[in-house]
Amino acid sequence: MSIDRTILPIELQQVVFAPRDQVLLGPINLTLGAHARTVIMGANGSGKSLLLRLCHGLIAPTSGVIRCGEQAGDPQTACIRKRQAMVFQRPVMMRRSVRGNVLYALRLRGVRGSRAEQLTQQALALVGLEALAKRSARVLSGGEQQRLALARAWVIRPEVLFLDEPTASLDPDATTAVEAAVQRFAEQGTRIIMTTHSTSQARRIADMGIWLDQGQVTQHDPLVRRTL
Amino acid sequence: MTIRNSLGFWLGVALLVLTSHTVNGQDRGFITVASTTSTQNSGLFDTLIPQFEAATGIAVRIVAVGTGQALRIGCNGDADAVLVHAPAAEQAFIDQGCGVDRREVMFNDFVLIGPRADPANVAAADSAIDAFARIATEQAAFASRGDDSGTHKKELSIWQAADIAPAGGWYRALGAGMGAALNTAAAMNAYVMSDRATWISFNNRQDLSIVYQGDPRLFNQYASVLVNPERHPIQYDLAQVWHNWLVSSAGQAAIADYRLRGQALFTPNAP
Amino acid sequence: MLDAFAGAAGLLLTGDPTLTHIVGLSLRVSLSAVLVASVLALPVGAALALFRFPGRTGVVVLLNALMGLPPVVAGLIVYILLSRAGPLGSLGLLFTPQAMVIVQSLLIFPIVAALTRQMVSDLWVEYREQLTSLGASRVRAIPSLLWDARFSLVTALLAGFGRAVAEVGAVLIVGGNIDGVTRVMTTAIALETNKGNLSLALALGVILMGLTLAVNAVAFAVGEFSRRRYGV
Repeated sequence: MSIDRTILPIELQQVVFAPRDQVLLGPINLTLGAHARTVIMGANGSGKSLLLRLCHGLIAPTSGVIRCGEQAGDPQTACIRKRQAMVFQRPVMMRRSVRGNVLYALRLRGVRGSRAEQLTQQALALVGLEALAKRSARVLSGGEQQRLALARAWVIRPEVLFLDEPTASLDPDATTAVEAAVQRFAEQGTRIIMTTHSTSQARRIADMGIWLDQGQVTQHDPLVRRTL
Repeated sequence: MTIRNSLGFWLGVALLVLTSHTVNGQDRGFITVASTTSTQNSGLFDTLIPQFEAATGIAVRIVAVGTGQALRIGCNGDADAVLVHAPAAEQAFIDQGCGVDRREVMFNDFVLIGPRADPANVAAADSAIDAFARIATEQAAFASRGDDSGTHKKELSIWQAADIAPAGGWYRALGAGMGAALNTAAAMNAYVMSDRATWISFNNRQDLSIVYQGDPRLFNQYASVLVNPERHPIQYDLAQVWHNWLVSSAGQAAIADYRLRGQALFTPNAP
Repeated sequence: MLDAFAGAAGLLLTGDPTLTHIVGLSLRVSLSAVLVASVLALPVGAALALFRFPGRTGVVVLLNALMGLPPVVAGLIVYILLSRAGPLGSLGLLFTPQAMVIVQSLLIFPIVAALTRQMVSDLWVEYREQLTSLGASRVRAIPSLLWDARFSLVTALLAGFGRAVAEVGAVLIVGGNIDGVTRVMTTAIALETNKGNLSLALALGVILMGLTLAVNAVAFAVGEFSRRRYGV
């Protein structure tokens, strides 16, 4: 991984997302990534996932600017290729082994060979999947798949990791395991930006909370963290 | 297996498969001869070619189609020689500059095949023309090759000599090779004209038998013609060896010796 | 019919070298054609699934239509191209197994390309966000999608193989049915039919069907094994 210039902070200026003239999000002015762990909260349809996808660069704002670090990135490509990654609520497991999924993410960033093997091993160890490395990814349980998605996202050592309701479809034990992995990533220096609709999860994880309602930021406050 | 590795692997397999198409090593190469379905179906080549190959070390590849198509294949330079049976068409082939050096090799004869019951009473005919006229008068089912082959050309020439323009539901132009036409005739219980060799080697006769034969008009001459080497880069030298061998005493003896079910199928008649 | 099965068994048991050669050539030609066609058709099909460009709909419709390309027409086109009197005549490929591979590839290409486009389209719906998020460009996504669709794509390849190995008109025109050189199962069946040896022709037909069945069974078994191992 080359030493890129930092993509922090992520700055949204007057960002609006309005496909077919229907405003789903914005206008939003927001600076993200200043805190180690940020959660975005709101009801279903409040625009949490859209905000994450805009920041990640999966969708382009209808108007406004998203800056990654100092320069304004082309949101379609530039931001996404930089040092950030995302984990979806229902991540797609590629039809490969657990190891193969992580190696694939590295290969897309040009990391191969023994270095890739080493990074993969570390990432799998961090989420507790090293014993399942040779198993096919698609036969894992939901919780295991989500942990693999975390490892696959984190293995490129992103500066920022976006998590879109990563535990929404998991049972309590799997949720605990995922939260633990997220905490370990944060301890390794990765900024976490995560959506959730669970206030208790927000308190367990985050030190900064953003509340969205109908596409608007309604509150932006530090949270008092509860220890696990 | 990563994508990269597997792609390489399959390309390797592909190359192996493709290159394994080498033909068993022949000492002097091979020639391609366009010939007719009648000679192929008779099995003549199965005895003729091994003898030729043993004598000369040249392999022969036979492409068996109708005489018309065989001549076109020769004219395109896709064969080195032709062995066909339609003298007028052969002459035209030479006149157009497609071929050179026609040599008569052998003959057999055409026979009129029909249902044993012989509804048109063809057996009583006193000539081939009379036989065809009887079929037309009775409007008895007749299967024509209809494929511009030597047999087809011969059949048309007899209708013409009889001054009959065959048409109507009883006359069926099949557009098929000799064997396929015999199969169809057997199924329809129709009259059909065939060369004797194909008939003798044919195994699905059902109710068919020879109903008329022997008119000199039914004489069927086979000739070998070389493809014009000035037109296309063909294997002229090798083809000449084949051409000469067919009319040599060895080639003529091989033709005379070929028998099926105790009957000689072709009579050598090289001058 | 029973005679045909008995005849087929007899032919197989005697291990007749001519039959062995014919069966081997049928397999070699058709498998080669599947490989040649796939090397081109898989990326083309995938690219059609991923990229939008003017005229794309037309290409897709054409491809679907060409799945029904009459083999005799394909044979005629390749014959005209490869004939000494044609543009590629100097290659001397007419009446060789290579010519048969070419014509069968032509027949298989639209099938594999059209089915690939469909399968990769479906997979792209599922993978699109994830691959983009991981940083894959569309060009880079093509091999990834093809690899992840490999179990479904086997079906496309089998459809192509089935069409190739069962086809007679095209290989007859460009191969010439030359004994020991270009005679394959289908042209041998046609020849024996024309000789009136219907039972022998049927016996050969039974062997050809057995062959197709065996290839499909092996592919199915491999597919099921892998599917179970990798999940759907």
